[in-house]
Amino acid sequence: MTESFDLAVVGAGPAGLAAAIRSSALGLKTVVVDEQPAPGGQIYRAVEATSRSPRAAALGPDYLRGRELVERFRASGAHYQPSTQVWQIEPSWSLFASTAASTHVVSARHLLLAVGATERPVPFSGWTLPGVMTVGAAQIMLKTSFMVPKPPFWIAGQGPLVLLYATQLLDAGIRPDGLLLTTPKGAIGRALGHVGGALSGWRYLRKGLAMMRRLKRSGVPILSDVEGIEAIGGERLERVSYRRAGVTQNVAASTLLVHEGVVPSTHMSLALGAAHDWDDATLCMKPRLDDWGKASLPGLSIAGDCGGIGGAEAAAVQGEIAAIGAAQALDKLDDAAAQRDALPLRKALAAHLAIRPFLDAIYRPRAAIRTPDDNVIVCRCEERTAKDVRDAVASGCIGPAQVKSFTRAGMGPCQGRQCALTLTELIASARGVSPAEAGYLRIRPPLKPVTIGELAALDEASAKEPA
Amino acid sequence: MFQRLPDTATAADFTVEVDGTTCAARAGDTVAAVLLMAGDGPMRRSVVSGAPRAAYCMMGVCFECLVEVDGLPSQQGCLVQVRPGMRIKRQNGRPEIAP
Amino acid sequence: MTPDVIVIGGGLHGCAAAMNLSARQCRVLVLERSAVARHASGASAGGVRTLNRDLAEVPLSLIAARMWDDIESLVDDDCDYHAHGQLRVAETEVELASLEARRQQMLALGYSHEVVIDQAELRRRAPTIGPQCVGALMVETDGAADPYRTTHAFRRKAERLGAQFIEGACVTALSRQGTVWQVTTPAARYEAPTIVNCAGAWSDEIAAMIGDRAPLQTRCSMMMVSERVAPFLGPVVSAVNRKLSFKQTDDGTVVIGGGHQGRPDRAHESYQLDGRRLGESATAVAAIFPTMRRVRIVRAWAGLEAQTPDHLPIIGPSPSAPGFFHAFGFSGHGFQPAPAVGRALADLVIDGGTQMPIAPFALDRFATSGKAA
Repeated sequence: MTESFDLAVVGAGPAGLAAAIRSSALGLKTVVVDEQPAPGGQIYRAVEATSRSPRAAALGPDYLRGRELVERFRASGAHYQPSTQVWQIEPSWSLFASTAASTHVVSARHLLLAVGATERPVPFSGWTLPGVMTVGAAQIMLKTSFMVPKPPFWIAGQGPLVLLYATQLLDAGIRPDGLLLTTPKGAIGRALGHVGGALSGWRYLRKGLAMMRRLKRSGVPILSDVEGIEAIGGERLERVSYRRAGVTQNVAASTLLVHEGVVPSTHMSLALGAAHDWDDATLCMKPRLDDWGKASLPGLSIAGDCGGIGGAEAAAVQGEIAAIGAAQALDKLDDAAAQRDALPLRKALAAHLAIRPFLDAIYRPRAAIRTPDDNVIVCRCEERTAKDVRDAVASGCIGPAQVKSFTRAGMGPCQGRQCALTLTELIASARGVSPAEAGYLRIRPPLKPVTIGELAALDEASAKEPA
Repeated sequence: MFQRLPDTATAADFTVEVDGTTCAARAGDTVAAVLLMAGDGPMRRSVVSGAPRAAYCMMGVCFECLVEVDGLPSQQGCLVQVRPGMRIKRQNGRPEIAP
Repeated sequence: MTPDVIVIGGGLHGCAAAMNLSARQCRVLVLERSAVARHASGASAGGVRTLNRDLAEVPLSLIAARMWDDIESLVDDDCDYHAHGQLRVAETEVELASLEARRQQMLALGYSHEVVIDQAELRRRAPTIGPQCVGALMVETDGAADPYRTTHAFRRKAERLGAQFIEGACVTALSRQGTVWQVTTPAARYEAPTIVNCAGAWSDEIAAMIGDRAPLQTRCSMMMVSERVAPFLGPVVSAVNRKLSFKQTDDGTVVIGGGHQGRPDRAHESYQLDGRRLGESATAVAAIFPTMRRVRIVRAWAGLEAQTPDHLPIIGPSPSAPGFFHAFGFSGHGFQPAPAVGRALADLVIDGGTQMPIAPFALDRFATSGKAA
């Protein structure tokens, strides 16, 4: 069964929700399709349910602000398909999607991808052990279930999310056993070129510094300039080893939360064949977009973190701009009106994004994470190591597609989500070329693994449709 | 590995079964969250080598939290919300698909 | 040094030709427009099948089958070849009768490799087969191999024997100058007295450059592969009345094909998968192996292949020009015969003729082909 819309939005985070609110107000018949059961994406995950709980204050005012956005979305008149996984998109546009119960097709004249970000994979020795998780994972546990790690637990990495989560724990009355910060000494030096942006994003800076001060005052051990993190254990994590000022230490831990920043989720946009570029400032692939968020394919727009990391507030603004752009492309808004509506949004967006170059420079991930040692697993699904990749390059593989055929790296159910970035950087480093030249894994449908039954249900549904 | 914050309102709504053992769960929990509370050990064994694995990302992009839910194999536990009486089974290596 | 032979196309057939020619002391240069095994050869289901071949192909396929038995000594790599048999399943008595008729036809021609098995035997060999399946046509000695690995094994063997491979070299022009061919690619020009056209989906473009007209269409057969599951199937399975090719590999994944077509884009060397047709492929899987309904498909892909009007390949000397040989148009079933085709090409180039049974595959069987108007 196919239902038709003017605009289909994939993703119910701040970008998707804000886009749907604006597009509905502009008269576009809009649908938002999302794999989570409730609106909010990751940043505002479960905010409707959680904000009603007495524990909600521990999550902070930024998170709770998401509630208002979700309420406006619910009132907007946009259609909403939660718990729905999109596994194939064909131009222009048919979205093949499955819920637990059925498979169906959503048809739309314009498509907006607002699928957000994922954590940068953090490969290191032992990272596949039970007990090693991302900081984002732990934050999701806190938001959806009010769960926290049992002691002893450590946090290792760098970036705003590390500070935010650690502060949320303190507000909940929980203290990690320690914080291992991987920002190298002197990082501030390389960020100095962007200090102008930092100063105009002073509100963000002030928040970050305040969180840091609270953490220092809390008595939680904070170690900086840490490298060589390893997880040690047999059936599960038992100890964490690290190196600081040339000295290796290890501590008991049952949970280790890691984080080295977030990267745009480009799986869908790459599968569609939209143009992407390797961005050296953020060490990831980014889709090529104009200032309406339009991608290189007609009828396709991209907004929010999946187009480039900017944070929740920037994402919402980008969503609105993209909705205006879509309305203009569909002739529901003339050019002059579109420019006029977008003008204040563009100013707001610039303000939100001002801090980014500074943060990107300070929190640039270390080489050890991007081009790990030989024995480190880089493809978790297929258990291929960095050495397997280097050997494949030595045998003549020049890019990720060949390395994949040769080693099976990238062939597992995560479809390269946890290994594609590492593959590109390893191949580039082994060949002595730029990551842009090494290339990126070819992403193919299905966009998520889908059962034979779900695929067959599509055929059964089409069999019932009128010719 | 994880525990519920004390005095969380409605600490437990209902129960589910994990490998035959009854476990407390709360509306809004995912299967993966319940497993992380239920024990410290692996959630599954890798289909390649049998190595111990457990949830990593909790947002559906790592495919480590694959469990059998009410007879359906290889479900991403972090994307499935628990319901009363749900039967959850850990997977040991490659799932059987014999009749 | 000028090569003796330029092979256009670095797929399995180009690599097999290069290997066989090099083994007989020819200096070979292979020009591949993209990368070895990039297209049809890398997307193949890898079925090593004599079962249910067109009668014209059977003799060549049986010769190739004996070469597959010994593939490791041929290319110093076992190519992950396993011979657990191939089955063509009947779901009704009428279909089973058609398989019996085929068996009788083959016996009358002197071929006994295909046998009919009953439902009990079918269930013994494929315990999870759908309950409606009543029997099958079987070749017990057929099997499957890894197509990417096989192609690269032929390539590496050819290189060890002295062949040179240049990738990223798309042939844009061909002309005969005296007794040599001049071959133009964007980066360089090459010369050789003999050309072998193994250009897969682009072979008709190459053929046209020398005045041969080859009636080709581009095939874009879609494949899918599942997550790893516990072992449940040894033989490769197809079905009389379904587009299905179904096998389980050693690592537990299930590889599914059958000829459901995606949307090819030959000019850009790319394609788009067709979601609804993947649904049709899944319906075929669910009918023959109902327990597969709960199994997840992790990846889907397609290749660009050449298809001829009669689905038989074009192998043999050019009718238009000397020193020019064709081997293309395998229409989705060129993997298994490749070792034999490679040997036949070496015979043609070096000896001027071959004992290999390739007479049915001459280009001039197409009434409108042969010399260009």
